[in-house]
Amino acid sequence: MKEKTGTGPKTTQRLHVLDMSCAGCVETVERTLKSAPGVSDDEVNFAEKTAAVTGDVSPETLVKAVGKAGYTASLLEDEEAESDKESAELTHYRMLLRQTVVTGVISAIIFAVSMFHLLPSLDSPGGRISWGVVSLLTLFVLAYGGGRFFTGALKSFRNHNANMDTLIAIGTGVAWVYSTFVVLFPDSVGGIAQHLYFETAALIIAFINLGSALEMRARGKTSQAIKRLIGLQPRTARVVRAGQEVDIPIGLVVPGDIVRVRPGEKIPVDGEVTEGSSHIDESMLTGEPIPVEKKKGDAVVGGTLNKTGSFLFRASRVGKDTALARIIDMVRRAQNTKPEIGRLADRVSGIFVPTVLIIAVITMLAWFNFGPAPRITYMLVTTMAVLIIACPCALGLATPISVMVGVGKAAEYGVLIRKGDALQQAGQLTTIVLDKTGTITVGKPVLTSVEPVPGVSGGDELLALAAGAESGSEHPLAEAIVEAARLKNIEMKSMESFEALSGHGVRAVYGGNTVLLGNRKLMEDNGIDTVFINEAAERLSMKGQTAVYAALNGIAAGVLGISDPVKPDSREAVGRLRKQGIRVIMLTGDNRLTAQSVAEQVGVDDFIAEVLPEDKAREISRLREMGERVGMVGDGINDAPALAGADVGFAIGTGTDVAIESADITLMRGSLHGVADAVSISKATMKNIKENLVGAFAYNTLAIPVAAGILFPFMGLLLNPVIAGAAMALSSVTVVTNANRLRWFKP
Amino acid sequence: MNIAVNILGIFVAAFIVWWFWISKRGSEARTDGDAVSILVDGGVYTPSVIHVPAGKPVTLRFLRKDQSPCAEKVIFSGLDISADLPVGRPHDLSFIPEKAGEYDFTCQMAMYRGRLVVEGKTKP
Repeated sequence: MKEKTGTGPKTTQRLHVLDMSCAGCVETVERTLKSAPGVSDDEVNFAEKTAAVTGDVSPETLVKAVGKAGYTASLLEDEEAESDKESAELTHYRMLLRQTVVTGVISAIIFAVSMFHLLPSLDSPGGRISWGVVSLLTLFVLAYGGGRFFTGALKSFRNHNANMDTLIAIGTGVAWVYSTFVVLFPDSVGGIAQHLYFETAALIIAFINLGSALEMRARGKTSQAIKRLIGLQPRTARVVRAGQEVDIPIGLVVPGDIVRVRPGEKIPVDGEVTEGSSHIDESMLTGEPIPVEKKKGDAVVGGTLNKTGSFLFRASRVGKDTALARIIDMVRRAQNTKPEIGRLADRVSGIFVPTVLIIAVITMLAWFNFGPAPRITYMLVTTMAVLIIACPCALGLATPISVMVGVGKAAEYGVLIRKGDALQQAGQLTTIVLDKTGTITVGKPVLTSVEPVPGVSGGDELLALAAGAESGSEHPLAEAIVEAARLKNIEMKSMESFEALSGHGVRAVYGGNTVLLGNRKLMEDNGIDTVFINEAAERLSMKGQTAVYAALNGIAAGVLGISDPVKPDSREAVGRLRKQGIRVIMLTGDNRLTAQSVAEQVGVDDFIAEVLPEDKAREISRLREMGERVGMVGDGINDAPALAGADVGFAIGTGTDVAIESADITLMRGSLHGVADAVSISKATMKNIKENLVGAFAYNTLAIPVAAGILFPFMGLLLNPVIAGAAMALSSVTVVTNANRLRWFKP
Repeated sequence: MNIAVNILGIFVAAFIVWWFWISKRGSEARTDGDAVSILVDGGVYTPSVIHVPAGKPVTLRFLRKDQSPCAEKVIFSGLDISADLPVGRPHDLSFIPEKAGEYDFTCQMAMYRGRLVVEGKTKP
């Protein structure tokens, strides 16, 4: 069947339309929207500044059309989607409950009259009429409580597809058709084969509705992490417009707007403080419990909480560009991905239902050919049980539902997982490589020592020279030297030329003099005798400081010690990783002595020193070739190739750099505990998935043969199809409930 | 009678194999740039097979009518694309399929099944 493209059902969408100041604007916007392709009706509300548009048209088309007419429009969907979703889920849940109650009551009545023989037998006309009424009641149960299964089964069948609806519809449908046939033609089957299965069909539908309602309720809880993140977004912002502060819907804030935030309020969008200062609680995004001080020029993030002062900030990122929106998007996307472990279940799900249908046919034939009398009764009971007990849902849900909870749990701890595969691999790492600067250490080096060679230069002179040479560099060590000179009010020497020598240092020329600043290798490569400064450099290195050698016109001039303090919790986090059986290695461009000092401070298993930036990725490859499963932790920018080359790349973020492309996992908090948290959550999630998969596979592989009657020849046991229905309904609820256990996990 | 029932049973089993596995035809749609509307209802995507050209922007407009949570997500695992579908409101998925080939799209539990057929030359 070929369908015409671009034609779909009509729907209504709501837009915010800015800049409407008069009735004429309303008319223009209405006319513009009406002329957009696919729009059948639109209504503009001037007071609310909204437009309701009906038709088969994309929101982007509407926004563009309004834009061309000179107005700014935004879709209201984002703000209302989640509440719409929740209300749709609630409506569906209530419908399922109603169906459960109605079908449950009727099924109980049908069960009672069947079980306790309250109606006359089919031999009498009265009996046939009474059972005819029961047949109609059952039909009502099937139509009211199970109608969706029958329409779903039919639609799937037409599309050469089969799903759970197919199994339920055939199972209950066969029971009703056969029983009604017996009521209409009781003489066509004799004796015990006259047994009716109205209560079976009705009870199965009631149980499945109950199961669906319970599953729906449990599923709602699996997406709480996303709901929590969405809940962080305030609905309004207090914006300065024409010199006055006005509250406007968040969707109308544009970049450049000046926004007022008062104590106790949430920051509506991302921006930069322009006036005032305060302490901001960013724990909801980063997991960092201590409020952060923000003053003029500092960045603030939408969704975080202003604790103390009142301030103004200039909006820089709004709508889908804010850090919070990107976090939500990233978590959602990750929740929709499946780790490798779930792919087998997907392949089985794809062929599951037709396979069960074939097993049902084989079961029917087996009982028909080899079963005891009454053959029809046994055939029906076993076939119905096979169809009803098989549960593709449990299998299909096993992985994604745990991934949803696991990824959400990680987000709670400020750990953003990009893909399901990263979630799986993080728990399987054998080695974690940590970059030193900014990962183990704070990443803000400070100059702590200046040791000139006596007679060649004085301390301040050396600093002035070094700061001048480094003023053109963006390296953190260079910044530390320049900052130290600035704080000491030392005038930097003005350089005529500057050249950065990657991984070694810088070369600069001042007044015809050549200045070299960098590591020992730079000195050696340039034939500079460092004998007078080696002792000082070693002493600084043993204290964990980075020694920067300085030379002027080919003669050693002194050494500068730069210290980058270790983060207070690095040692504890490294300890957590080691406790999990992971080998922790530190990677640094520093010399061996400095590296050893830092390695001892944090307690890593090993360290690799004097690694050039471009060689980091090679070290990762080397470790992987040795059979290690390697995680690399770095800043995501300088370490991008190494992160990309590792089995799992962790980028240490700063709360706003949420979507670092090179990383599989982004840590919003600048703490190594995030790595340990990610590993723990990964292990717990994978364990949960395995439990679900084993449970779902075991359930189906054991239950289907039992339902087919495999135990009958040995133990005389047959499964009642009603029990099969209840077991099936409970199996998917069990999977979702097990996944929900992860919500209480603490890494 | 016995033989007839057995033959019927074998015929039904063969029909299941043929209908669901061998003769896999779904409702189809083709686009060269326009948006394709896909209805999500009753356990099936309609149309379920979408032909699109490689290297050109494509918009798939999903309209979910099925309220059950099964229909909530659509996942193109081979393309690394996914979306949460609102009920009763169109949701556009716009992307550029770079590589020619066939990509399945499913719900979270892989019960809803569709196929995106990306045709033509692969973008270098």
